[in-house]
Amino acid sequence: MATNPSKSEAPSVGEELGETEGRTLSLRSIRSGYITIISTVIILALWELFGSQIDPLFASYPTAVAKAGWKILANGTLVDAFIASIQPFILGFALAIVVGIPIGLLIGRYRILEAAFGVYVTAGYATPLVALVPLFVLWFGLGFKVKVVIIFVLSVFPIIINTWAGVQSVSRTLIEVGTAFVASQYQIMRKIVIPATIPHMMTGLRLGVGRAVIGMVIAEFFTAVGGLGGIITNAGNRFDTATMFVPIIIIMVLGVGLTALVGVLERKAAPWHRSVTGR
Amino acid sequence: MDRTKEKVRLEGISKDFFVREDGKDHTVHALDRVSFSVREGEIVALTGVSGCGKTTTLRIIMGLESASAGSVEVDGRRVTKPGYDRGMVFQHAELLPWRTALGNVEFGLEVKGVASKERREKAIQYLNLVELEDSRNRRPDQLSGGMKQRAGMARALAIEPEVLLMDEPFGALDAQTRESLQGELLKIHEKTRKTIIFVSHDLDEAVLLADRVVVMASNPGRVHEIVDINIPRPRLDPIAIRGSDEFTQKRYYIWKTLTADTTNGAKTSGVDAAKTPTEA
Repeated sequence: MATNPSKSEAPSVGEELGETEGRTLSLRSIRSGYITIISTVIILALWELFGSQIDPLFASYPTAVAKAGWKILANGTLVDAFIASIQPFILGFALAIVVGIPIGLLIGRYRILEAAFGVYVTAGYATPLVALVPLFVLWFGLGFKVKVVIIFVLSVFPIIINTWAGVQSVSRTLIEVGTAFVASQYQIMRKIVIPATIPHMMTGLRLGVGRAVIGMVIAEFFTAVGGLGGIITNAGNRFDTATMFVPIIIIMVLGVGLTALVGVLERKAAPWHRSVTGR
Repeated sequence: MDRTKEKVRLEGISKDFFVREDGKDHTVHALDRVSFSVREGEIVALTGVSGCGKTTTLRIIMGLESASAGSVEVDGRRVTKPGYDRGMVFQHAELLPWRTALGNVEFGLEVKGVASKERREKAIQYLNLVELEDSRNRRPDQLSGGMKQRAGMARALAIEPEVLLMDEPFGALDAQTRESLQGELLKIHEKTRKTIIFVSHDLDEAVLLADRVVVMASNPGRVHEIVDINIPRPRLDPIAIRGSDEFTQKRYYIWKTLTADTTNGAKTSGVDAAKTPTEA
C-alpha cells in the first residue's frame, strides 16, 4: 500500500499566498505533475519489456493485465467484486471514524479515561490484529458482517491513537485562554480542543485508510471467496497471473486515491496548520 | 469614573508550590503576603527580577491559579476563578490559529453568550479600537507579531471587563513594534479609562505606561516597594515622556532598587538593566 502523499500535492495552497508566490508554486506543481507522469510511463514500459520475457505463470506485464482486466470488466465480474469490496470498506471505515474520534478525544482529555482505557488502545494498536481474524470468523461468520468488523478493527486504532495524541499536544496556554474567558468544559472541547486536534485526526485517517484497505483484502482472503480479494485468490488458484494483477492494481489505486483524498480534506479542514501553511 | 475608588485589592496573597527534586518533595514559597490595591482607571505595572512571582501574581488575580493564602477582591467581591470582570492578554497573544482576527475577538463574546449579530458588531468595534479592522479576515499565521497582540488586546477588551490584565504583552515583540503598541495602549487607556494591571520586566515600559510600579523582590516573591510615577495623563507623546526628568529619575531609581536591594543575592538577569540611563 502506497500511503506516501506525493510531494506534488503540497503546493496547491497557492491561493493562500501572495499572487507571485502562488504563480511560481502552481508552475512548480505542474512541473512535478509531468515528472510523475513521465516516471510512471517509464516504469510501465520497463515492466512491459521485461515482464513479457518471463514465463506468464510467474509474472505478467501491462498489456496482458489490461487485456485480462477488460475481460473481467466486460463480463461484469470486476464491477460486482468492486461493489462487494467497497461496501464493507465504506461501512467499516466510517464506523472507525465515528467511534475512533470521540474515543480519542475523551481519552486524551480526561486522565481517568486514559488510565482506564489507554492501555487497551495501545495494545490494540500494537497487536497484529490479523491474528484475530479466525476468531472473528467464528463470531461473525463468513459474510458481509465479518468484513465490516475486520476493516473496522484494523482501522479504528490508528484513528484513536492519533486523536488521543493530538488532544494531548494541544498547548496548555490555548486551553487556558478558554479558562480565562470562562468557557465551560464542553466549550473548551468544542471550540479549542477539537479544532486544534483536526490535523492529528487527519493523520489518523490517513494511517487508518491504509489499514482499512489491508483489512478489506485480508477479510476476503480469509472469508468468503468474493470481492477483489476473491478474484486474487481465484486467479491465483488458476495460475492466471495477469488476472491476479487487475484487483491488485485497483486496490493500489484505491489506496493512493483515498490517501490523497484525506490530504485534500486536511487542507480544507485545517488550512491554518503548519503542514499546510508551511510555517 | 471615580479615580479614588479601589478597584482591585490583593490582601496577603501567598503561594506555595510543591516540587519534587532528587526524590524528595519540598515546598517552594513563591509568593509571600503580597498586598497592594489598584484604583479605578489606574495603570499598575508589576516588575521585578525573574522568579519574583510577578506573573504568578497576575495569574492569581485572573483566577488561573489559586492562592495558598490571602484574597483578591475586584469591586469588593472576592474572586477565586476567572470571570468576565477581568480580561486577560497573554504573553504570546495565544490566538486560536484556525480563527480569523475577527473570529478570535468574537471568541470571548461567543463563550459569554452574546448573540451573533451583536457579537460581530462588538468585535468589529474593538478591532477598530486596536486599528486592526483592515486585517480582520486574516488568520494568525497571516498576521505579524504586533498585529497578533493587537487582536489579543481586542479579544480581552471586547468582553468589556472591569480590569484588563496583561502578562508581558509586548515582551516578545521587536523594539519598534513594542513602542508602537505601548503608544497604542496609552491611547486605548485614554479612550476607555480601563483599569489595567500589567507584568513587565522592561523598566522603560513600566515607567512609561504606569501610574504606579509595584517593584517585587524574589526568594520569596514579595512586594518590595510601590513607586508612584508622576507623569501627567494623557501621555500621548511617549518620546517627550522618555526625555522627561520624572521618567529618567524614576527609571533609574527602580533599576537601582532592583539591582541593589531586592534580590537576597539572587541574580538580576531578569531585569532589563542593560539600558542604564546616561542622563542619571
